[in-house]
Amino acid sequence: MRIAARVNGLAWSGEVEPRLLLSDFLRSEVGLTGTHVGCEHGVCGACTVQLDGEPVRACLMFAVQVDGREVTTVEGLAEAQPGEAITVEDLHPVQRALHEAHGLQCGFCTPGILMTAEAFLRDNPTPSREEIREAVSGHLCRCTGYHNIVEGVARAAELLAADGPAAHDDDDR
Amino acid sequence: MSRAGGTWVGARVPRNEDVRLLTGRAQFVEDVEPPGALHVAFARSDLPAGRLRGLDAASARTHPGVHAVFTAADLGPLLRPGAVLVPPPPLEGLVFHARTALPLVRDRIRHQGEALAMIVAESRYVAEDAAALVEADIEPLDPVVDLGRALGADAPRVHDDLPSNLAAHVRQTKGDYAAARARADLVLERRFSYDRGIGGAIENRAVVAEWDAGADRLRVWDTTQAPIPVRNVVAASLGLSEAQVRFIAPFVGGGFGPKIMFYAEEILIPWASMRLGRPVKWVEDRYENFFATTQERSQLHDAEIALTREGRILGVRDAFLHDSGAYDPYGLTVPINTQCTLLGPYRVPNYESEFRVAFTNKPIVTPVRGAGRQHGVFVMERLLDLAGRELGLDPVEIRRRNVLGPDELPHNHEIMYQDFTPLRYDSGNYERSLEEAARLVCYDETFPRGRERARADGCAIGVGLVNYVEGTGIGPYEGGRITVEPGGTVRLATGVGTQGQGHFTSFAQIVADAIGVTPADVRVVTGDTSEFHWGTGTFASRGAVVAGNAIHAAARSVREKILRHAAEALEVDPADLELAGGSARVRGAPDLSVDLGALAVSANPLRGAVEPGTEPGLEATSYFGPPYGTTANGTHAVVVAVDPETAMVEILRYLVVHDCGTVINPMIVEGQIHGGVAAGIGNAFYEELVFDEFGGMSNASFMDYLLPTATDVPPIETAHIETPSPLNPLGTKGVGEGGAIPVAAAFAQAVEDALAQIAPGLEILDIPLSPARLFALLRAQREGVVGGREADSSSRREPAAGVP
Amino acid sequence: MKPPPFDYVAAATVDEALEALADTSVETRPLAGGQSLVPMLNFRLAVPERLVDLNGIDELSRIEETEDGGLRLGAMVRHRQLEHDPFIARRMPLLSEATPFIAHPQIRSRGTVGGSVAHADPAAELPAVLLTLGARVRIARRSLGGEPGSRVERTVGLGEFFLGPFFSALEPDELLTAIEMPPSAPGEGTAFDEVARRRGDYALAGVAARVRLNSGGVCDEAAISLVNGGATPCLMREAARTLVGQEPTPEVIEATAAACAATSEPAADMHASEAYRRHLIQVLTRRVVSRAADRVLT
Repeated sequence: MRIAARVNGLAWSGEVEPRLLLSDFLRSEVGLTGTHVGCEHGVCGACTVQLDGEPVRACLMFAVQVDGREVTTVEGLAEAQPGEAITVEDLHPVQRALHEAHGLQCGFCTPGILMTAEAFLRDNPTPSREEIREAVSGHLCRCTGYHNIVEGVARAAELLAADGPAAHDDDDR
Repeated sequence: MSRAGGTWVGARVPRNEDVRLLTGRAQFVEDVEPPGALHVAFARSDLPAGRLRGLDAASARTHPGVHAVFTAADLGPLLRPGAVLVPPPPLEGLVFHARTALPLVRDRIRHQGEALAMIVAESRYVAEDAAALVEADIEPLDPVVDLGRALGADAPRVHDDLPSNLAAHVRQTKGDYAAARARADLVLERRFSYDRGIGGAIENRAVVAEWDAGADRLRVWDTTQAPIPVRNVVAASLGLSEAQVRFIAPFVGGGFGPKIMFYAEEILIPWASMRLGRPVKWVEDRYENFFATTQERSQLHDAEIALTREGRILGVRDAFLHDSGAYDPYGLTVPINTQCTLLGPYRVPNYESEFRVAFTNKPIVTPVRGAGRQHGVFVMERLLDLAGRELGLDPVEIRRRNVLGPDELPHNHEIMYQDFTPLRYDSGNYERSLEEAARLVCYDETFPRGRERARADGCAIGVGLVNYVEGTGIGPYEGGRITVEPGGTVRLATGVGTQGQGHFTSFAQIVADAIGVTPADVRVVTGDTSEFHWGTGTFASRGAVVAGNAIHAAARSVREKILRHAAEALEVDPADLELAGGSARVRGAPDLSVDLGALAVSANPLRGAVEPGTEPGLEATSYFGPPYGTTANGTHAVVVAVDPETAMVEILRYLVVHDCGTVINPMIVEGQIHGGVAAGIGNAFYEELVFDEFGGMSNASFMDYLLPTATDVPPIETAHIETPSPLNPLGTKGVGEGGAIPVAAAFAQAVEDALAQIAPGLEILDIPLSPARLFALLRAQREGVVGGREADSSSRREPAAGVP
Repeated sequence: MKPPPFDYVAAATVDEALEALADTSVETRPLAGGQSLVPMLNFRLAVPERLVDLNGIDELSRIEETEDGGLRLGAMVRHRQLEHDPFIARRMPLLSEATPFIAHPQIRSRGTVGGSVAHADPAAELPAVLLTLGARVRIARRSLGGEPGSRVERTVGLGEFFLGPFFSALEPDELLTAIEMPPSAPGEGTAFDEVARRRGDYALAGVAARVRLNSGGVCDEAAISLVNGGATPCLMREAARTLVGQEPTPEVIEATAAACAATSEPAADMHASEAYRRHLIQVLTRRVVSRAADRVLT
C-alpha cells in the first residue's frame, strides 16, 4: 500500500505492507533507529513516538495508519540535521535536562520517555513530582529506578520556562 | 565543565555518552543492518519436557521469502553441548554434574522455548510466518516443575543419564555449629522461599553477523556483557582464529546478568552467515526473552540461628535447595553467593551451610543482579528479626550487638567464595553504616512517635532496617590501553562491555586525573574486540574495580611517558612538571609548556630512533587482577504504609547508606543504587514467574510479569560512606548490585512492623510478597494459623525433599 | 512478535466500514484504537484476514448531547478526550474520574470508547463505568440485500450486550457506532475506585457506583458495577437493592458491600485468589458507595 507521511518534518512516501508496524517502519524504512523496540505489546513504552504531537506506542500502530499524518521521533527533538554533530548545547531542553539529572543509564528506554515528557510538558508546564511520575508511568526503565528521570523532567520544566514561551511554541511544531 | 584544584575522581561529572543516547544516535545491536541482511526467527518448543520424534520443516522451507531452515541435523560438528562457563570451585566433597544444552534440540526438550529450528528469511515477519509452519512431533514427558519435589525419588528426570535431578551438592562449615547450638539460649528455625524472576533488560538480546569471505573475516554485533570470551568461543567453534573474528558489543540496553551468558544464538547466527554468504540478523522478541534468556532466584531454605539470651549470635545453620533450571552452564556462582552472603556484617563464629542444586524443566538460571546474594541476606536478616522479637530486642538493637567492629576488619569467614578464594572482608565500617541509617530514618525517637500517631489515626506504618555485605570486584583481571593521539585527543580502550554503567565517563575521569585533561577529552571504547581483546566481561560489580584499576595503571604509565618526553622537550627535570589543561608545563612557569598532541607526535617520530627499552607513542596498556574480591556494604531503611483492608503496601521512604570505597562519580553511583533498589522492589513485591502444573509459563509478557514503574518506586535517598579498599590502588569497590540485594529483607521487616498491632506475630517468610500473599497471611493470622502457611495453597509448601 | 499478514481497508465513512464488514466470507475485524487488538496480533493470538480501520471516520469521533439531554459518545472517541473534555467533566463526572485509571497516557491517546466496549473485557474499567451510567450501545450493519449505504441499526442496553468474557452481542457484520447515556438526575452522586498492582494495570478489582438520594436523604436509585467481578462487566442489581429505600448509613453501606461481594463471581488468577477479589470488592464497594453518597450530600 502506498502512503505519504511526514516524519520529523520531512516528507516520506512509498510502498508498505499493511502489517508493517509503525515501529519497524520508522526503524527500517525511514532509517530512524532511535525509536527502540522493547516489548511489542504496548507495555514498555520504549517505542513511544508522537503522532500529530500526541504520544503513542509505535508498536501498536501500523505504518499504513500514518498516511497523511505527522510523526515525530526522538531524532526530531534536537535541532540538528541528520549526520551533523550534536553537542550538549544543541539538545532540546528535555534532553538537556535528562543529561543534567543523570536521567538515563543504558539509554534504551530514553527516546520513548523523551517523547512522552515533551508532550506532557506542553500540556502541563509546571507539574508536580507526583504528576511527573504518573506521566512517565507508562514507561519501563530497569536502570534508573526512575528517581533521576523524575528529577530530569522537573528540570526540563524549569529549562522550558526559562527559555520563554516563544521557544516553547517552536517546539510545538 | 571545568574543575579547578581537586581531581576528577569523586566529581559529579555529567556523562560523555549521553548526547548520543538522548538523540537516538547511539548504536544498539538492533540498529545494525548490513545491506542484504537476512532475518532469523526460531521455532521453539511450547512444551517444557518432551521427546522430539520428528520435525517437518518442508513447508517452512518452501514458504516464499524463506532462504533456509536449519535443524539439529544440519549443524554437523556444531551439534555439541555448550561449554561450562564457570567451573565449580574446588571444594571438599563437592558433587557437580555439568549438563549444558545443544544449540538446537536433537531429541530431548528440557525447557519451554528451547529452539527446534532456525528460519532464515528476507524479513523477521516472513521468518515468523515460516516458524509457525514448522511441524514438530513431540512426545510430551512429565515435567519437573516444583523445586520442592525436584529431588524426590518419584520425580521425573530432566537428564536421563543422571540418577536423580541433583545437579550439585555443596557443604561448607566454619567452627562447630552443633556445639554452639547445644549451649544456645534460643534456637529459632524457619523455612524461607524466594521465587523466580527475569533480568528484565528493556533491550532484548540480538546478534548480527557478517561474514566477509573476501577478507576471510567475521564481524559480529552482539548484546553481550562479555564480548571477548564470546568471541573466543565462537572463533574456536567455527574453526577460525580469534583474530579473524571481531565482536562488537556497542551500546547495550541493560545487562543485569543474563547477557553475560553464552547463548546458542551467538554461534548459530555467525554460522548461518558463513553458510549463506549473507549478513544474518536475529533480534530476540519479548516473548522469546521469557524463555530463551536466563533467569534467577528460586530457592527454598531451612535455616536456624542459635543465640545467647543477650542476642549474640552463636551460630547459623542453613540447608537450601537451588533451582538451576534445565541446565547448569554457569556452575555454582549463584548458590555460592547465597551461601557466602548470608553471613552479612555479623560475627558468626559457627556456620554450617549446605545446598543442593536441582535440575527442573524451566529456563536456565544464571546470575541476575544480586546473583543469589539477596537470598542469603533475606534469610539472615529475617532470622535476626524473628530472634530479636523472641528476645525482646528491636531489629536495630540485635544488629548492634552482632555487627563486626572496625577493629575486627579485615575479617576472614573461612568458607570459600565464588572466586575460589576464602571469603574475606577487606574493609568497611559496618557500625557506622548501621548507626547512620538509624539516625537518618530517626529510628530511635522521632519515627516511633510518628508511628504511634499514625496508628492512632488508623494508619499502619512501619520501618525496616537491614544490612548487607557483598563480595564485588572479583578477578581474574581486566585491562586498558590509553593512547594520546597527535591531535591531542586521548583514547581509552578496555575489554569490558558497557550496559549503562557510565563507563564512558567514570573511566575517563580516572584518565583525566592522571594526565591533566578533562573527562570530555577522553574517548572511551568498550566492548570491541578489535580495540581490545583481553578480558572477561562486565559482571559481579567489577567494572570500576578491576577495569578501573587497570585503566588507572595504564594512565599512570602514560603519565610517566608524557613527563619523560616533556622533560626532554622543555629541558627540565620531570619532577618540575605538572600536567594540566591538556599540556605539560613547568610548575610555577606555566608559559613553559608543551601540549600533549605535540608530545604524541614527537613520541612517534618518522626519522631518528626510538631508544632501546622504550616504546613508540604516548600509549600504555596495563592489566589489573585483584588477589580476591573486595567487599562493599551498606544499610537500607524503608518506611511503608500498609492498607490492612486491601493488603496494598505503599513505600513512603527509602534510604540507602552504602560504602563502595572510593566513589569515582557520585552521580553515577547514586544512579546505580537507585536502579538496584528499583529492581529489589520488583523482586520483593512485584515480579514472579508463574508456571502452571504442566510447567508452562503463565505470564510471559509485560502485561502479567510486573516490572515496577515510576509510580511504584519512591524517591530514594542515599548517603555515602567511603572506606577505600586496601586491595586496589583506587580503593574502589563494586556498587552495581548492592542496591538490589537487601530490599526484600527490609521490606519484610517494615511490613511486619506496620502490622505489629493489627496482626501481631505475623511472619513474612516468602518473597515476592504480593498483595495476594499478604492478604492470605493476614487472613490466616486472623484465623489463628501460625505464619499463614496453610492459607497459601501453593505447592511450594511441600517439604523440601532432599534437604536434611 | 510480528503481526500476521492481513488485508487492510481504511474506511472513511461508517457506510464504507459496514460495506467491508458485510462481506463475511473474509474474516474481518474493525480496527479502532488497536490498543488491545494489535498486541493480540503481535502475539498472533488473533489472525484476522482483513482489518477495517475506523480511524479515518470523523463522524464516529463526536461527543454530543442526545435529544433527552443525555450524552452520546461516538465509538471512536478516544479515552484521552473523555479524560480532558470539560463538558464530560460537568455532565458525567464519573467518566472523567475513571478514565485516568485506564492504562497510560500513550494508550489513552489511541484507545477508544467503542473499542473498549466491543472488546467486552471483564477486567476493563470503561464497560463497568458505562453500565453504572445506564448506557446503551448503538449498533449498525448494512441491510441485507439493500442498496450499498443502506443501514440497519439497533440499540442494545449495555446490560444485555455483554455475554461472556470477550464475547458480546455484536455480530461479525455489525459495527458498534456509539454509546448513549441518559442524563444524570438531580441528587445523583457517582464514584469509582479500583485496586491494581501497578498504576495503569488491569485492576484486581474495581467498583463504580451511582446513587440518587431524595431530599430526605433516602436512596431512590442505585447502580453498582464491578471490574473483574465476574465473567463479564457486571451490574450488581441485587446488591443495589440493599441500598434503595434506605439512608446510606455506614451499616446500610456495609450491608450493600457485603451483598455485592456475596453475589459477585470473581475468578482466580495469578494476581489474586477468588477470596481476595471478593474481599476487595467488599472494601471497594463500601468506599465507593460512601464517596458517591457523600458527593450528593456535599
